[in-house]
Amino acid sequence: MQFFIEVLVGGLLAGVMYSLVALGFVLIYKASGVFNFAQGALVLFAALTFVSLQAMGLSFWLSMAATLVIMVGMGVAIERVVLRPLVNQPPIALFMATIGLSFFIEGLAQMVWGTEVHGLELGIADEPFEVGGVFISKFDLFAAGLSALLVAALALFFQYTKLGRALRAVADDHQAALSVGIPLQHIWAVVWGVAGFVALVSGLLWGSRLGVQFALTLVVLKALPVLILGGFTSVPGAIVGGLIVGAGEKLAEVYLGPYLSGGIENWFPYMLALVFLLIRPEGLFGERHIERV
Amino acid sequence: MFYRESGQFKTSYRADSVIFPILQDRLFVGALLLAALVVVPALASDYLLSGILIPFLVLSLAALGLNILTGYAGQLSLGSAAFMAVGAFATYNFMLRIPGLPLIAAMLLGGLVAAVVGVAFGLPSLRIKGFYLAVATLAAQFFIEWALTKFGWFTNYSSSGVISVSELQVFGIALDTPASKYVFTLLVVAVLALAAKNLVRSGLGRAWMAVRDMDVAAEVIGIPMLKTKLTAFAVSSFYCGVAGSLWAFVLLGTVDPQAFDLHRSFQILFMIIIGGVGSILGSFLGAAFIVLLPIVLNQAGQLLHGAVSTSFLSNLEMMIFGGLIIFFLIVEPLGLARLWQIAKEKLRLWPFPH
Amino acid sequence: MNPNRRIGDVVLEASHISLRFGGVKALTDISLDVREHEVLAIIGPNGAGKSSMLNVINGVYHPQEGEVRYRGQVRQRMSAHLAARQGIARTFQNIALFKGMSVLDNIMTGRQHKLHASLLERALWWGRAEREELRERCRVEEIIDFLEIQHIRKTPVGRLPYGLQKRVELGRALAMEPTLLLLDEPMAGMNVEEKQDMCRFILDVNDEFGTTIVLIEHDMGVVMDISDRVVVLDYGKKIGDGAPDEVKHNPDVIAAYLGTAH
Repeated sequence: MQFFIEVLVGGLLAGVMYSLVALGFVLIYKASGVFNFAQGALVLFAALTFVSLQAMGLSFWLSMAATLVIMVGMGVAIERVVLRPLVNQPPIALFMATIGLSFFIEGLAQMVWGTEVHGLELGIADEPFEVGGVFISKFDLFAAGLSALLVAALALFFQYTKLGRALRAVADDHQAALSVGIPLQHIWAVVWGVAGFVALVSGLLWGSRLGVQFALTLVVLKALPVLILGGFTSVPGAIVGGLIVGAGEKLAEVYLGPYLSGGIENWFPYMLALVFLLIRPEGLFGERHIERV
Repeated sequence: MFYRESGQFKTSYRADSVIFPILQDRLFVGALLLAALVVVPALASDYLLSGILIPFLVLSLAALGLNILTGYAGQLSLGSAAFMAVGAFATYNFMLRIPGLPLIAAMLLGGLVAAVVGVAFGLPSLRIKGFYLAVATLAAQFFIEWALTKFGWFTNYSSSGVISVSELQVFGIALDTPASKYVFTLLVVAVLALAAKNLVRSGLGRAWMAVRDMDVAAEVIGIPMLKTKLTAFAVSSFYCGVAGSLWAFVLLGTVDPQAFDLHRSFQILFMIIIGGVGSILGSFLGAAFIVLLPIVLNQAGQLLHGAVSTSFLSNLEMMIFGGLIIFFLIVEPLGLARLWQIAKEKLRLWPFPH
Repeated sequence: MNPNRRIGDVVLEASHISLRFGGVKALTDISLDVREHEVLAIIGPNGAGKSSMLNVINGVYHPQEGEVRYRGQVRQRMSAHLAARQGIARTFQNIALFKGMSVLDNIMTGRQHKLHASLLERALWWGRAEREELRERCRVEEIIDFLEIQHIRKTPVGRLPYGLQKRVELGRALAMEPTLLLLDEPMAGMNVEEKQDMCRFILDVNDEFGTTIVLIEHDMGVVMDISDRVVVLDYGKKIGDGAPDEVKHNPDVIAAYLGTAH
C-alpha cells in the first residue's frame, strides 16, 4: 500500500509538470484557435537560451529576463510571419504550419546555441524526504508547487482581468472580436508572449530534470494526451488531465509494465486518452459543440 | 505552342473521363515511363539507383498512401510510418512462416495486414475529428513501434531481422542488383499509382472528398460515414504497408522498427504538404523534393570544403524544411502540383498570351 | 401554377416534435404533414425553427419527443444517411457544396447510391466500375442540361458565384432522384432574374418528376406564387397551416410578422 501511494504521488507530481507544458498549448488555443505543435520546440529554445546566457556569465535573474524578452520577441515574430498570413485557413492547416514551425525552431535553437547537452542547476536538490512513511522528491514537490502557482495565476488572469476577457472573446470568434474593437494582433502577441514565458518555466523545470538537450522537445508528446483528456480550451482540464496522465502512466508502468515487458509509458497515455475520447469526444472540460447546418 | 488541346474533341463521356485527356500529356507520361524503365537502369550509377531513385519511389508510395487519407479523405494522420512498419514486419513474417510464398504475394498480404491495422486505428475517426484525430494517430505510431520492438516474435527472435537475399526474387528473377531492385520498385509503384488515380476518380474518391469538404452534407446525400472513412484508412494503410515492405526488403535488407519512427511519419506528411495535398502527382513531386533537398545541401556543404560542419548542415536542413512547410501553406497550399498545373496552363497559351 | 397537378395522400407525417439544445427549445410540439406532389412552404421569422424542422425531417437532428413517419414507416434510430436512402434530398441555407470538387463531381456525389462496383474493380477502372461511372455521368449530364449549367461543369464550385452555387446544390439534390426534396432558402441572396430561374426549376421538378417539395423561403411573393400550402412557425411553435391565401389572413401570422403583442 505504501508503495502504491509512493508511485501514485510520484505520478501526480510528474503529472503537474505535464500540465505545465499542456498549459502552453491551452493558452494559445484559447486565444487563437491554433493547436501549436511548436510548443515543445519553444520549451527547448527557452531552456537552451537560458543556459547559454548563463554560461556566458549572466546572473540567474538577468538570464531569465533576457530569455523572456527573446521569447516574447519570438512570439510576436511567429504571430506576424506565420499566423497572420494564415488567419482564414482551416485549423488543420495552422496545425501543420506549427509542425513546420517546430522543425524551424529546433533547427534554429541548435544552430545558435549548439547541440551539446547542458546541465541546469536550479539549486533544489533532487533528494527524497519522508512524509508519513512515503518518500517524495523535493524537486518534484518544488516543480509541482511552482506549476500549480503558475496555473492558478493564469486561471485567475483569464477569468477576471479585462485582457483575459478579451482573450476569451478572441478565441470564440475572431471576426466578432475584431468588430467590437478588440485589437486582435496585439492580443495574439500578448498570448504568444505568455506562452513563451510558460515555455521558459517548463524548459527550466524539465531541463534541470532531463538536461537541456534536444530530447526536451519530446515533452510535447507527453502533453498531447493531457490535452485530449482535458480538452483544448480548459485550464482546469489541463491540470486534471496532467494528473490523470501522470498517475496513470506511473501506475501502469509499475503494475502493468512487467507483464508487457516494459517501456509502455510512450503509448499508454495515448491509449488512455483515446479510450476516454471514445466515451467523451469533447474531453473532460471541453465544450460540447453543436453542429449547425 | 506544341502543348495545346485544340483539335482534340471528345465525342464520348468515356473519352472525356480518361486520366490524361490531352494527347500531349499521354505522350509525355508514356515517354517518361519508358525512359524510367529502359534508359535509367542502363545508364544510372548504383548510387543514383539505391541512394536516390529507390528511396524516392518508395517514399512516393508512402506519400501517396497518406495523401489518400489526408489529402482526399481529409483525415490527418501522424502515424503513416507505423503502418509502413506493419507492412514490412507482416511481409517478413509471411515470408518466414510460409515457405515458398512468392515475394509479391507476401507484400500484398503485408499490405492487407497494414490495412486491417489501419482500420482498427481509424475507428476513432468516427467520433473525433481534426487534431484530436491527429493526436489519436500518434497512439498508433507509438504503440506499433513499441510492440514491434518489445516482442521478439515479430523479428523471429533475431536481434537484427536481416532478410536473406535468396528470398528476394520475383518470377524466378533475383533482385540482387540495384538495377533489378529499381525496376521492380518502379513497376510496383507505377501500378499502385495508377490504381490510386482510378480510385480517386471513381465514386469512392468522390465520397472521400465529400467527407473531407463537408461531412454533414455528405451524410445528407447518403454517403455512409463509417464505410467511407474506414475504406480511406484501409486503402491508405495498404499503400503505406506496401511502401514499408519495399523499404525493408528492397532498400534496407532488414526489418527494423527504427526505420519507421515518428520522424518518418513527419517526413511523409511534409512530402504531401510540399508536393500537393489531394494530388497523386503531388505525392511524387513532394517525395522528390524531400529526398533531393538534403543531398543538394550536402553537396553545397562539400563545395565549401568543410567550412561548415555537418551539424550545421543538419540544423539548416531542419530549418529549411520547417520554413518551406510554412511557406507552402501560406503561399501555395496546394503545393508543387498546383505550380505544375499553373505552368501547364500557361504553356497551353504560350506563345500567345491571350 | 399547373391546375392539373394532382395532390395525393400524406407521405410524411411529423407528429408532436420537440427539439431542445441544452436549455434552448428549438421546436415545441410541432405536427405537420406533407402530401404527395405538393409544394409546401415553411415560413416564419428568423430563429423560428424552420431549418431545425428540415433537419429533423431528414435525420440530421434527433428530436427529444415526437416521431416522423415517412411513407408509413416510423423511424427508430434515424440518421441522415438513412433518410437519403429513403429518397429525401436536401439543400442548405448556407450552401453546403463540396468546395474542392468540380460541379460535375459534386452532382455525381448525388448518384453515389447507384454505384456498386467493388474496390478492386474501381482500382482497375474495369468492368462494373467503368460502366457505372459512364452510366451515371449520362444521367448527371441530363441534370446539368436541365439546370443550364453546361458551361461550368468542370469548374471547381468554390470559384462560382453564389447564385450558380445554389443551382449546383439543387442539381446535387436532384441527382439523388428524391421523392421528397427539402429546400432551405433556395433563393436567398439572389437577384430577381436568378429567383425567376430558380422558381422555374422548382416548379419544373415538381411537374415533370412529381417530386414533393418542402421549402423554406423569406420572399413572400415567391411563397404565395409557387406553394400549394404554407406552414408558419414562430418561436418553435406552429401558428398557421393552410392555403397561401388563408395563411395570409391568419391574425396570428400577421401578429408574428408585424410584431403585435400576442
